[in-house]
Parts: sequence; structure tokens; C-alpha cells
Amino acid sequence: MNQYPAWKYLLVILVLVVSTIYALPNLYGEDPALQVTSTRTAQVDITTQEKVQKLLTEAGIRYDSIGLSDAQLLVRFADTETQLAAKDVVKKGLGRGYVVALNLAPRTPDWLVSLGAAPMYLGLDLRGGVHFLMEVDVEAAVRQAEERYISDFRSLLRENKVRYARIARYSNEDVESDGLARSGVEIRFKSAEARDQAEELISGEYPDLELKTDDRADGYYLLAGLDDKERREVRKLALKQNITTLRNRVNELGVAEPVIQQQGENRIVVQLPGVQDTARAKEILGATATLEFRLADETHDVQEALRGRVPPGLKLYPQREGGYVLLKNRVMLTGDYIIDASSGIDQQTGSPAVYITLDGKGASIFSKVTGENVKKLMAVVFIENKTETRMVDGKPKKVRHTVEEVINVARIQEQLSKRFQITGLDSTQEAHNLALLLRAGALAAPIEIVEERTIGPSLGQDNIDQGFLSVVIGFILVLAFMALWYRGFGLVANLALAMNLVVIVAVLSMLQATLTLPGIAGIVLTVGMAVDANVLIFERIREELRNGVSPQTAISAGYEKAFTTIADANITTLIAAVILFGFGTGPIKGFAITLSIGIVTSMFTAIMGTRAVVNLVYGGRRIDKLSI
Amino acid sequence: MQLFKQATNFDFMGKRKLAVAFSAVLLLISIGALATKGLNFGLDFTGGTLIELGYEHPVDLTEVRGILETEGFKEAVVQHFGTASDILIRIAPHPEQSNADISNRVMDLLNAHEDGKIDMRRVEFVGPQVGEELANDGGLAMIYALICILVYVGFRFEYRLAVGSVMALVHDVVITLGVFSLFQLDFDLTVLAAILAVIGYSLNDTIVVFDRIRENFRKMRKGTSEEVINVSLNQTLSRTVITSFTTLLVLLALFVFGGELIHGFATALLVGVIIGTYSSIYVASSSALMLGISKADLMPVVVEKEGAEIDDRP
Repeated sequence: MNQYPAWKYLLVILVLVVSTIYALPNLYGEDPALQVTSTRTAQVDITTQEKVQKLLTEAGIRYDSIGLSDAQLLVRFADTETQLAAKDVVKKGLGRGYVVALNLAPRTPDWLVSLGAAPMYLGLDLRGGVHFLMEVDVEAAVRQAEERYISDFRSLLRENKVRYARIARYSNEDVESDGLARSGVEIRFKSAEARDQAEELISGEYPDLELKTDDRADGYYLLAGLDDKERREVRKLALKQNITTLRNRVNELGVAEPVIQQQGENRIVVQLPGVQDTARAKEILGATATLEFRLADETHDVQEALRGRVPPGLKLYPQREGGYVLLKNRVMLTGDYIIDASSGIDQQTGSPAVYITLDGKGASIFSKVTGENVKKLMAVVFIENKTETRMVDGKPKKVRHTVEEVINVARIQEQLSKRFQITGLDSTQEAHNLALLLRAGALAAPIEIVEERTIGPSLGQDNIDQGFLSVVIGFILVLAFMALWYRGFGLVANLALAMNLVVIVAVLSMLQATLTLPGIAGIVLTVGMAVDANVLIFERIREELRNGVSPQTAISAGYEKAFTTIADANITTLIAAVILFGFGTGPIKGFAITLSIGIVTSMFTAIMGTRAVVNLVYGGRRIDKLSI
Repeated sequence: MQLFKQATNFDFMGKRKLAVAFSAVLLLISIGALATKGLNFGLDFTGGTLIELGYEHPVDLTEVRGILETEGFKEAVVQHFGTASDILIRIAPHPEQSNADISNRVMDLLNAHEDGKIDMRRVEFVGPQVGEELANDGGLAMIYALICILVYVGFRFEYRLAVGSVMALVHDVVITLGVFSLFQLDFDLTVLAAILAVIGYSLNDTIVVFDRIRENFRKMRKGTSEEVINVSLNQTLSRTVITSFTTLLVLLALFVFGGELIHGFATALLVGVIIGTYSSIYVASSSALMLGISKADLMPVVVEKEGAEIDDRP
């Protein structure tokens, strides 16, 4: 009686061995390291490695090891000071095109790495860093699309000589079923014929638009709007473009292992481990700055326009250095065509400048328009869109504002093409940021930070230490109690508890699930609750013994009878944990994960693990007394 | 060691009137506190900004408040956090200013007034729209958890027992919330998670008792429902006490050593586990009894094949 078939012993041993191996990487600690990856334009290969080696040797910086893997270069250092010094040297030496980020590289030995073993993935609350939840104002993208149609319609109607009285964007506050206000473009005509003609033209050219006619007191209207499918597309595309842009910008910031993910329909999660300068991170991530090039008007009077009489086809813009300037409505070039930008100092004036490189299409457009307008004044307009949510009368409301400033007006001396420079910026820092933003691309729609959680490195380490301490102390208390209470069987339960901890750590490491502070709390809780299964079994055995059953029968009856109870009890806790996982965010998810894993693994270790040991000790022989 | 040398024979169900009265008082106090004082919702649900800073020396709070007040952060709440050199600043959502960079402005401001280095330990900003969502999701999670558990227990046991266990859960949740309301403890997301864990834990306890009740109803030929439940409670008593004790041990470790961030979480679980232990004995079983649970309800429809392979059972 009470003997396991060989395969059950083997299974227990196998689980123990595999778990130990995969839990091992967590014991080795980490090295401060530099991680070099490439952006689109460059490549990390053996020549990069040689270059970095040369740079470090020249600067007299000692490194522990250097190695290439998965298109990234990892250089390890003895301490963080060397790491920081090395970052400056390498970043400067490699130039742009490379992302040089500080990182902590696990010291996992090669044989473990080759088995795919890695330490647990620590959440931001443990390793320090920034978590941003950004909301994309996707409606702004719809608005921009509508505004593009306005200029398209204008030229279409003009080309076909259809006379219209007014063309503008409208949006009514009635909220549609999808929770968004309906909007579109409305065109007013003086005659129904002109309107019908326009309708025919527009529906022929833009079959995807929804067109409606409306006869009102002041004229004949044609309403054009995006249909629902198109709106959804625009919103989706805006979100996708924003994710790409954010990824580029994060690369520019130099962050190791960033997370940039879509969440829901209009939100993006950005996690930057190790980043402390949140002010800069926010400035760079949230900025929507872009440039536009427009011709300036020299014939009309600015003073006149300031009094409200802006001539048709022109628009009044504030200048950064003060005053106003009239610019033509037509845009010569937008920032979308910029493929590279770098900051520097203008040789002649000594003021900060941004050097711009256009892509092929942009270059041909720009050389054409500048060629046609040599000796005329061209203005560089700096545009920034911001969206913020504020509480108005107890309800969140979106507030949008756009800042448009002319940073520079200069006469076109010659035909401009692929490369040119702009000046008029306040500081080198601004030139630097603008260059970065132009390089990384503009955001398709403004974004706003709706949640931020930053954990400093000292608090992260404190959290790890305190979490670890509470696991250890909780664990020791429970071990002591069980040994005292159940003696021999208590020791068996303790073995199972220790094994359970190893298995939890191994599973967390294998899944690379994020371990958070609440996650550690989940492990602590599991330690307390995992013994429950053993308590149930052991109490049952004692009860059987009290009823006068022989020790061997008591053992098997105890395990047998307690089993369904344990299963039922654990499944209900598991239900709570899974629901928590479904609804929780970030750290809470971490708690749900460790709790779920702990429940499942404890079932195995507390039932099968302890039974294996008990069977080995007592099984198959005559015994008179149990140590319980 | 054993808790009870002999098999115990406490008359739990005989005292159930007393228990009902006791629970009723606790529930009334809790509901009263929740109705009058409400919960002290943390940043996760209200929105706003929270900044934790570590100075190199003990900080004078009035000085910090003064600095913040002159710069327009009049409603800032400043308090020590853990030690005298750590401070926690809370700023409610501002209707007119940009909220996302309040933390940076506060940091700049305080750094300008401080010679030494201020260690930025933690910044949390929750926008108004997010706070509302977190609160809604939390409430939903709680309701879904209760429903799923009701369904599972109803499916595994019998509806009277299911109702009894959910009554016990509601009892535990309300009283735990009541404690948080009464003492105005900070109620944040981790506390919400802890309350869901309390639901799981309390149920765990209840299920163990119910399992035994079911077993005894099938096994014991004689005896009233009340007697059967009493016997079951006595048989599971030492297990209930021991498991609660080990869980309380680890929770105390977490409470004492886990640090400030996990304090609310540990508190909620400590309260919940104590209440949950009590409720699995008194509330769950006596509810089932009051609903008129009887032997006939728990007799298996089909004879289950049990004990066929005792040796191979894990």
C-alpha cells in the first residue's frame, strides 16, 4: 500500500529538475551594460563592434565583455560609472542611426542561455522607469482628413468652373451611436444647378464620401462626410502612425527594452524602463511639432489685416520674435517629406539651425516651387497641436489648441532642393528637439498623457528588497509552524512548499511574465495558502487515525478524501484570480498572474509532491505510528 | 502538536442567532460608515497627481507647503511617508491647467529651493477619464467574480449552499470595505485586488466546510440538518484555524516588511481573512440552514464512482 508507480516519482523529480534549471538564472544578478541597436538607416554588425571597441579603448574605458546577438551589440561593464562614461563616448562616436541605451544585462551563464533560461522579467515598479498611457485624439485625424477635402473640393470646383458661395467644415454636437459627433464639409451654392453639378463632380471623384443635399433659407447646400467605415479607417490609421512615430522617438531617446503597445481603440501604452528624466520624455513623446513652408505676402498691409481685414487667400500668422506676417494659404511643403534633420550652428549668424534633408518626392516638389518663386519671401511655420482633457462641470472634456508660429522669414536666394537649413530657433536645445521630432516623424493626431506612473531607481530597489524580505520571512514562519505542528509530515509539507516556490519562479521565468510588487505579494499569499492543501490532508489523516484506522489506510484515505475538497477550493480562488487578470491593469495583473500560477503549482507540489515523499518513507511496509 | 486533543463538539449552529446578531451589527456599522463617510478613494480612482520624494535630511512639511502654495498649488496635500525625510505630495486634478506636467513643475520648484539632491522616488498621474474607468472596471470585476463563483458553486453543490457562500462573500466584502471606510484608509487599486483575493480566500474556506457538510449528509444516517452541519464544522475546525493562521502569518510578514506601497493591500487581506474565517463557520453554513438545506438536497443523483483506485490517486 501507498506505493507510487515509478513514473510518478520520475515526474516529480523531472518537474523539480526542470524548475530548478529555469529558476537558476534569477540567482546570478546583472551587469551594467550598454545596448547598441540600429535605427532604420544603420546596421549593427561586426564592424560596429570593432568601432565600439576602438572607441572605448581610445577613451581608456575598461569593459568586461562585448558581444553581438540578434542585431544588437551588448557591452558589459564593472560598474555604473564606467557604463555612463562609456555611453557618452559611444553615442558621440557612433553618431546618429544608432540607439545607445543603458541596460542591465543578466549574468546568466551560457549553458543556461542555450537552454532558453532567463531571469524573471521585472515590472517597472521593481526596476524603475516610466509608464505612460497616452490617449490619441483620433477625432483630430478625422478633422484633418475633412480639412484636406476642403482644399481638394475648392480646386476641383474651381477647375470645373462651378461657382460656390462658401465652403467650410461643420460639426454638430449631436452625438451619434458611436459616441462621436457627426461632422463633414458643407458647401453653399447660390443655385440648385450649381449644387447638382458639384454633387456629380464630387461623387465621381470621391466615391467613398457620403453626400447629402439640403435646401436651406440662405442657399442650396451640399454636405459631404466620411462614412462610418472610412472614419474607422482614418482613426485606425492615425493610431498606427502614432505608434510608429512614438517608436521612432523612443529610439531617439535611447531606451533599452521599451514597450510601445496599442491599448483599446485610441490609447497607447509606453513603458520606458530606467528612464528618470520624465520631463524630457514627456516633451519628446507628446510633442506634435511639425513644419510648413509657405510663401509670404509682400503687397498687403499687415496693420490693415490686424484690424480684421485679411485679404482673401491669405492668413495672418504671429511671428516668434514678435509682430505678425501675412502668408499665402497654399502650403509649399509640409514636414511629411523630411527624412532627416540634424541640429547645429549656422556658420554665418552663429544662431542655432536645423539642417533638413527631404525625400525624393519632397525634393522635387520643393525645387519646383522654390524655382518658381526665387527672390520671393518664404516663411517657415512651426505648428504644434495639443489636446488636453479637463474636468468641466464634473465631466471630462477635450480641449484642443493649435499653436502656429512663424519662426523664420527669408528671401529665396536660389532654387532649393534636397538639403537646406532653417534658422530662427530660440536655443540649441530647441533646435535639437525640433531636429529629433522632424527625424522621428510627426504624430498623425495629437496625443495626451492620461496616466503616468514613474518609479525612481531607489524605490524600485527598495520594493525588490522589501518584497524579497517579506517572502523570506513569511516562508520561514510557515516552515517553522508546519514543522512544529505536524513534525515528520510537516517537514514533508515544507519540502513541497520550497519546491512550490522554485516552480513558481521557474514558471514566471519561462513565461517571462512581468513580476510586479503586488505580484510578489501574490507569491507571499500563495506561500500561506499553499500549505492549506497539506493541512487538509494531514488533518484528514489524523482524523482517520483517531477513528482507529491503521496508519497506511489513514494515509491513503487522507489523501483520497481531501482531494476533491482541495480541487474545489482552489478552482474558486482561481476564478477570482482569472477575473482579476481580465480586469486589472499593470501591477494588479502581476498579482493575478502569480496567484494563478501559485494555485496551480501548489496543487501539484502539495498533493503529488508530498505523496511521493510520504510513499517513499512509509510505503509498502508495516508501520505502527505516523509522525504527524 | 494538536489544536484539539479530542474531536471537538462545539455547538456552532446553536449559537447562530448570536452570530446573526453579531454579523448584523458589523454590517450595520460598515454600511453606516460607507454611507456617511464613504471610501477614501486613492489617486487611482479620483485622478490627480502624487509625488513621492526622498530628501537627504528630515523635511519640514510647512516649508514645503509654503513653497507649493506661493506657486499656485494651494490644494496640495503634503505629508511624511515612511520616514521624516520622505514626503508625499498629492495634488487634485486641476480644471484649468495642464495636468500631465504638474509633477515636473513641482519637482523643478522644490529642486530650486533645495541645496542638496532630491530623490524622485515615485510619480503617479491619473487623468480624470482614466480614474473613472479604473473605478468602473474594478466594480465590474467584483460583480463578475461574484457571479462566476455563484455559478460554479451552484453547479458543484446545490443552490442553497451557493447562496450561502455568496452571502458569506458579500458579508466579508462589505465588512472589509467598512473597515476601510471607518478608518478612512486609502482605497486604491491594490486594495481592490486584495478584496478580490479575499473573495477567493473566504470562498476557499467555505467550500471546505460545505464539502464536509455534503459528505456527512450522505454518510450520516441519523441527525437533523443542524446536527450534521455542527459535526462538519467541528471536523473541519482545526484545519480552518490552522490555514487561517499560516495565511495570517505571511500577511503579517507582508504588512510589517512589505513596505508602504503594499500596506493597504496587506491590511485589506488581514481584515478579510479574519472575517472570512468567521463567516465560513457562521454566515455560510447558517444561511444554508436558514434556506432549509436538507439531506435529500445533497443525495447524489447518480452514484459517483469513488474510491475505486485509492492507491493511484495523487
